Amino acid sequence: MIRKTLAMGLVALAALSTAPAAQAQNIRIGLREDPDILDPTLARTFVGRIVFAGLCDKLFDINDKLEIVPQLATGYRWEDPQSLLITLRQGVKFHDGDPMTAESVVYSLNRHLTMQGSFRRGEINSMTAVEVVDPQTVRIRLREPFAPFVSQLTDRAGMIVSPRAAEAAGRNFGNRPVCAGPMRFVERVAQDRIVLERFPEYWDASRIHLNRVTYLPIPDNTVRLANLQSGSLEMVQTIEPDDLRQVNRNSRLRVSVSDELGYQGITINIGNGARAQTPMGQNPRVREAFELAIDRAAINQVVYEGQYTPTAQAVPPSNPFHARSIQPEARNVARARQLLAEAGVRTPVPVEMTVPNNPDLRQVAEVIQAMVREAGFELRINAMEFASSLQAATRGDFETYLLAWSGRADPDGNTWTFIHTQGPQNDGKYSNPEVDRLLNEARVETDAAKRLALYERMWQISLRQDRHRIYLWHRKNIVGHSTRLTGFVPVPDGLIRLQGLRFN
Amino acid sequence: MWAWLLRRIGQIIPTLIILSFMIFGLQQLMPGDPALILAGEERGDPLVLQQIREELKLDRPIVEQYLYWVGNVVQGDFGFSWRIRMPVTDLILQKLPVTIQLATMSFLIAIVIGVPLGILSAVKRDTPTDWAANGVALFGISTPNFWLGIMMILLFSVELGWLPPSGYVPLWEDPVQSLATTIMPAFVLGTGVASVLMRHTRAAMLTALSQDYIRTARAKGVSEKSVIRRHALRNALIPVVTLGTIEFGRLLAGAVLTEQIFTIPGFGKLVVDAVFNRDYPVVQGVVLATALIFVLLSLIADILYMAINPRLRQA
Repeated sequence: MIRKTLAMGLVALAALSTAPAAQAQNIRIGLREDPDILDPTLARTFVGRIVFAGLCDKLFDINDKLEIVPQLATGYRWEDPQSLLITLRQGVKFHDGDPMTAESVVYSLNRHLTMQGSFRRGEINSMTAVEVVDPQTVRIRLREPFAPFVSQLTDRAGMIVSPRAAEAAGRNFGNRPVCAGPMRFVERVAQDRIVLERFPEYWDASRIHLNRVTYLPIPDNTVRLANLQSGSLEMVQTIEPDDLRQVNRNSRLRVSVSDELGYQGITINIGNGARAQTPMGQNPRVREAFELAIDRAAINQVVYEGQYTPTAQAVPPSNPFHARSIQPEARNVARARQLLAEAGVRTPVPVEMTVPNNPDLRQVAEVIQAMVREAGFELRINAMEFASSLQAATRGDFETYLLAWSGRADPDGNTWTFIHTQGPQNDGKYSNPEVDRLLNEARVETDAAKRLALYERMWQISLRQDRHRIYLWHRKNIVGHSTRLTGFVPVPDGLIRLQGLRFN
Repeated sequence: MWAWLLRRIGQIIPTLIILSFMIFGLQQLMPGDPALILAGEERGDPLVLQQIREELKLDRPIVEQYLYWVGNVVQGDFGFSWRIRMPVTDLILQKLPVTIQLATMSFLIAIVIGVPLGILSAVKRDTPTDWAANGVALFGISTPNFWLGIMMILLFSVELGWLPPSGYVPLWEDPVQSLATTIMPAFVLGTGVASVLMRHTRAAMLTALSQDYIRTARAKGVSEKSVIRRHALRNALIPVVTLGTIEFGRLLAGAVLTEQIFTIPGFGKLVVDAVFNRDYPVVQGVVLATALIFVLLSLIADILYMAINPRLRQA
């Protein structure tokens, strides 16, 4: 009796709760975490960029082939290697109704460059001035030639905000952002939802079919997937590789898999403080032996259902600057043992690996532990909460560090910062003047073929000779959505662009 | 009575001061530079990190940081979240109704299941009914919330499609949808508390039932119903009320795991995310608010004793 009443009650609740959404082109998108502040100048998280894709248009965008395409700009031209002319789209309006002018572009770029605590500063600090040429054109002057500059304007540094709204709100602009994207901001309830609605005066309105977008942060993978399966979400940002089979069996769901821009790798402490004084830190042959003991394909199979792409470099195969000559070497335990003998180190060689405390990364570390043991390494796993591990890495309090990078479209964003002696995220403090020279040259080289050759040589030295780091694989962006939703174009940056999306 | 109440309220102030020391001090022990964590992947620019430290006063001595915080708190300003720049007061006020609703629903479920089951099991001591009730309680105590939560989501949302798997809708926006989103987490939380209440009610009832006055009452020919209700239960309830307020306080402090699983934007989720992001002002604000709730609840418990037990009023 009680059970019957309870069941009836639940059914009644259910009938009322699943009734809405007679599909009025409203979409609910599940995110992996709650985005940080929604101010393009102060924002840092990847999930935040997914929301910005609906909220704030950029001067340029990248397409699925990683080509730079116009968005709020219509084109660009280098007057000389230190002066960039950008022509602007006419008739663009901000969400507050103000028109976008050359002045708004100058204002936004200066805000990115000079606002206190701006995370865009590092991306565009080669810019010395930005000026209005005429109402349709701005000129950007650079301190020195910098080939990836236009590419920086395809992300948050290229987002143009309404100067009036930004001036009025100051540092609280992110609580009510006003940009020129397809959707305007409606509300945000921290850790619960971010709601955007269609902006009728959007410059490219004919490609926008959705009326309302709700982003819902759901950190638990199982629960996020359950929401997609039960129809409480129409789309999720990521599906874990081990859930893929289950989703593929569901006829009402579709997945879209694309290569990411970044990589997963092992940073080795070569010169950052006392903890670099280990056989691994001091001897390239020991590092080579370690790498030869690892079977990337097998780890990928065991932990990620074979979904990821094994690699030996920072730039994924989908990128035109991927160096074909740098491929992962096959596992060779005998050779690894021989290298350790040649290096004259006592086996087992003790190595500590710092691992962010996620289930999949811990599993990766355990498989590596078993693999390198056969070659004569004693790997100790130090699982650490992510925030603490980042600080340990910066301080040099690590021997090796299993770390991922979300990646940038331009190869400079995956290399210079991590490999150059002055690279701010070069946690292992690897340093080789020849490698630095090649990285600097690649920054100013505008000819694609020559630039690729520079990167190829840089990898030959920094990886094949110095073995400064071990790249493991490129992950995949696995987006899941209802089959009723059409028009989704996966781009390697993993963002969800709303243009073309519609429900049938 | 009034003097007692005033004294009791007076004790709250030093308690809160000591608490504020502890909150601030413990937080300093957390590893990780907040500026670096705030930057995350964008930690490349040392100048920007320095600007953040200056803005957030992280470059100042700890004592100065503490006094600055306390000075603002006394004026009702809890600061703003470093991560999303929303005022902490707004965040607390936003999450409080959610947590109160969830805690109240869970607590009602706990009382409705736990207390009658405890009475039944004490009255029917050492019978199959008692064993069954104890079995249910054991299950409730030993089942982890996250497991029960996931299982319920898979059954009621994915398989049967009866309830939304997660999320929250405020009661005043859509009461039905609000109940639909909170019934599963409330049940998960409630059953855990119910088991504790059941065990304590049972023990208290057994003690009460073995007292002399019960025998006297029975000897006078008072009906068994009345013996249990008016004589045994009323005395047995005192420890249960104490425990109940403590458990309710714990529910109000936010149910970390349950809120994470069901993505309920309450206190627990707020503070856990803030700890992982080293969002100090949020951690400080929420912990202080939670402590205040606890202190007030224990005051209410003391007042309730007086109401239930007239003998205490003379003391």
